Amino acid sequence: MAATDTTGTQVMNYREALRLALREEMERDERVFLMGEEVGVFEGAYKVSAGLMDQFGEDRVRDTPISEEGFVGAGVGAAMLGERPVVEIMTLNFLLVAMDQVINHAAKIGAMFGGEVRCPMVIRTPNGAGNQLTAQHSQSFDGWFAGTPGLKVVTPANPADAKGLLKAAIRDEDPVLVIENLPIYKEKGEVPLDPDFVTPIGLAAVPREGTDITIVSHSFATVRALRVADKLAEERDVSVEVVDLRSLRPLDVETIAQSVAKTNRVVCVEEGWPSYGVTAEIAARIGKACFDDLDAPVERVGMAEVPLPYAKGLELAAMPNEDRIAAAVLATLGMGPGAA
Amino acid sequence: MAATATPTSSALDPAVRRDLYETMVLSRVFETEAERQYKAARIGGYCHLSSGQEAMTVGAMHALAEDDLLVTGYRSHGFALARGVSPEAVMAELFGRVDGCAHGRGGSMHLLDPSRGYYGGWGIVAGQLPIATGLALALRRQGKDQAVLCELGDGAVNMGAWHESLNLAALWDLPVVFLVVNNRYGMGTAVERASAEPDLYKRAAAYRMHGERVDGDDLDTMIEAADRLLGVARTEHRPAVLEAVTYRYRGHSVADAGLAYRTKDEIAEHRERDPISLEAKKLRDAGVSQEELEAIDTAADDRVAAAVQAALDSDEPSTDRLAYGMHALGSDEQFARMRPGSAFGEEALTFDAGLGA
Ligand SMILES: Cc1ncc(C[n+]2csc(CCOP(=O)(O)OP(=O)(O)O)c2C)c(N)n1
Ligand SMILES: [Mg+2]
Repeated sequence: MAATDTTGTQVMNYREALRLALREEMERDERVFLMGEEVGVFEGAYKVSAGLMDQFGEDRVRDTPISEEGFVGAGVGAAMLGERPVVEIMTLNFLLVAMDQVINHAAKIGAMFGGEVRCPMVIRTPNGAGNQLTAQHSQSFDGWFAGTPGLKVVTPANPADAKGLLKAAIRDEDPVLVIENLPIYKEKGEVPLDPDFVTPIGLAAVPREGTDITIVSHSFATVRALRVADKLAEERDVSVEVVDLRSLRPLDVETIAQSVAKTNRVVCVEEGWPSYGVTAEIAARIGKACFDDLDAPVERVGMAEVPLPYAKGLELAAMPNEDRIAAAVLATLGMGPGAA
Repeated sequence: MAATATPTSSALDPAVRRDLYETMVLSRVFETEAERQYKAARIGGYCHLSSGQEAMTVGAMHALAEDDLLVTGYRSHGFALARGVSPEAVMAELFGRVDGCAHGRGGSMHLLDPSRGYYGGWGIVAGQLPIATGLALALRRQGKDQAVLCELGDGAVNMGAWHESLNLAALWDLPVVFLVVNNRYGMGTAVERASAEPDLYKRAAAYRMHGERVDGDDLDTMIEAADRLLGVARTEHRPAVLEAVTYRYRGHSVADAGLAYRTKDEIAEHRERDPISLEAKKLRDAGVSQEELEAIDTAADDRVAAAVQAALDSDEPSTDRLAYGMHALGSDEQFARMRPGSAFGEEALTFDAGLGA
């Protein structure tokens, strides 16, 4: 895909949008390099980096051993000397073995050293469940990272934001975790071709306007929320507004509050476990910032609080599927089963 | 290869050799069928096949004594079968059914059978090493002369957990043998592209631990080495690294064609030295007839067909038992007061209610 035309948009899927962002940033800035397991010869476990080793060589597209703590930490060190490492972790689950480098090292550098050094690195990795990958491989603990001062966390939910947020992350002076999503990799959308297009960090989007109720979501939960909004508009004549957070830290509470001030009802949805999760934070913010606007308690939908089981039926029952989201929306509107 | 005595193939009792051959064939046939069932969408998730590695697996399991313990990674169908877990229980697990060895909760990567000392298939590379080390620690504390066998891949030796586990095991004289299955690749990365010291067994020396490399495709070699090192672990409480060189024919998982990083010729070359064919030849040399060998194949086919049928007949797990097993019995009471304000539609999770229908 030689995107020589740099005006307008082109339809591509999420992984192609990520690849375009990487290619553009690597062409723009010599300091940007990619490393991770299987990113080169194998072209990425999910093919995001396909073709990049051919174009940029083995130095800038670096295959690593299975040593997450080592190469995430190496990214931290390289960034301290002004390199722009983009570290791919095969899935979010495997970032746990590098947690110490992320939370206790990368996130600390700016503040702990009194602003004397910075750590401009990017870690990109997909979260997500739904393919029977079971308990150790199906997690979305986005909130754990978003709860860490010193990190920035972004979660694109469509191809345009995949490109825009990854580019913004690479250009940022701080460590940024870009949480991609396995089910969205194949989703298509219009993507701006302008090499200077970025999606600002810290700005939510409203991909669908509505008047009756707000769904606040991020990552794949936004894809689900939009489907639910379509369905409820058609079947129940309900007007749902969807706020796609895009950034978890910094969090755009203002956009959420504006929406809730308009609709007075809100359901927060996430793919991860809700307890102590992203929706817990959102609900707390709304409870304080929007106290006078609320006509119903803030509702939440998330993953059932179990390590995700393997069997297809169990997995489906545990996930925050669209039926559950729709039921939560209707219940919050007083339109659920049993309502007059 | 490290200098160890090459065992003569006559060391094994002929009846035992025949049994082991049956298990090797069963493993191959089982996995061929698993791949077919995966493509028919009866099996989901990750499914990692070990075709080509049967001598290593079956040899190691033969050397493992009945009360020894086993821990593996995720490429473990063969280990479970060779340890005596029934093909029905393994296939039902792959199908996600209640009669699976993890009641449909674990799938291909998380097989287990504590009644046979098998403490799990684990999915995070090298995550099982500290656990195996801890099992060995418990055995020592309990004054038992048993050993732990911990399977891992060539890719796992570059994780911190490998170094930490080896050091602990050596420092504390723990009875654990780390079986490094060197099948030449971790996903698409060849050993030489991942390890600065590609003679993986040599790394044991950094912990003053015994390490050796063997031909994992020769059953007798595998049995001799595993038997000897497990023996040292049991009686002298010394850990060891056993690197078994073998080859996986199929891709990393069923989803990987396995051709982006290696050539068809390379695969064909390894198939020339197929461990099952090598054993068949030894059996023929010992007087077993071609008809008998074919009967073994047929029996394996039948056994696997029966396992598929049993898996199909087994119930799907009941969706109101999502949290089965998550907490110990009696935990419902502890969690009862957490219900108010729960997220919408959160199943009333119960831990004490059993598996259900
Ligand atoms: C910590 C961690 N990082 C990455 C992965 C993804 N992953 C699963 S298997 C694998 C390759 C492992 O290769 P090897 O250890 O040689 O075992 P083999 O698959 O060859 O049996 C990788 C990278 C993982 N499961 N855990
Ligand atoms: Mg390997």
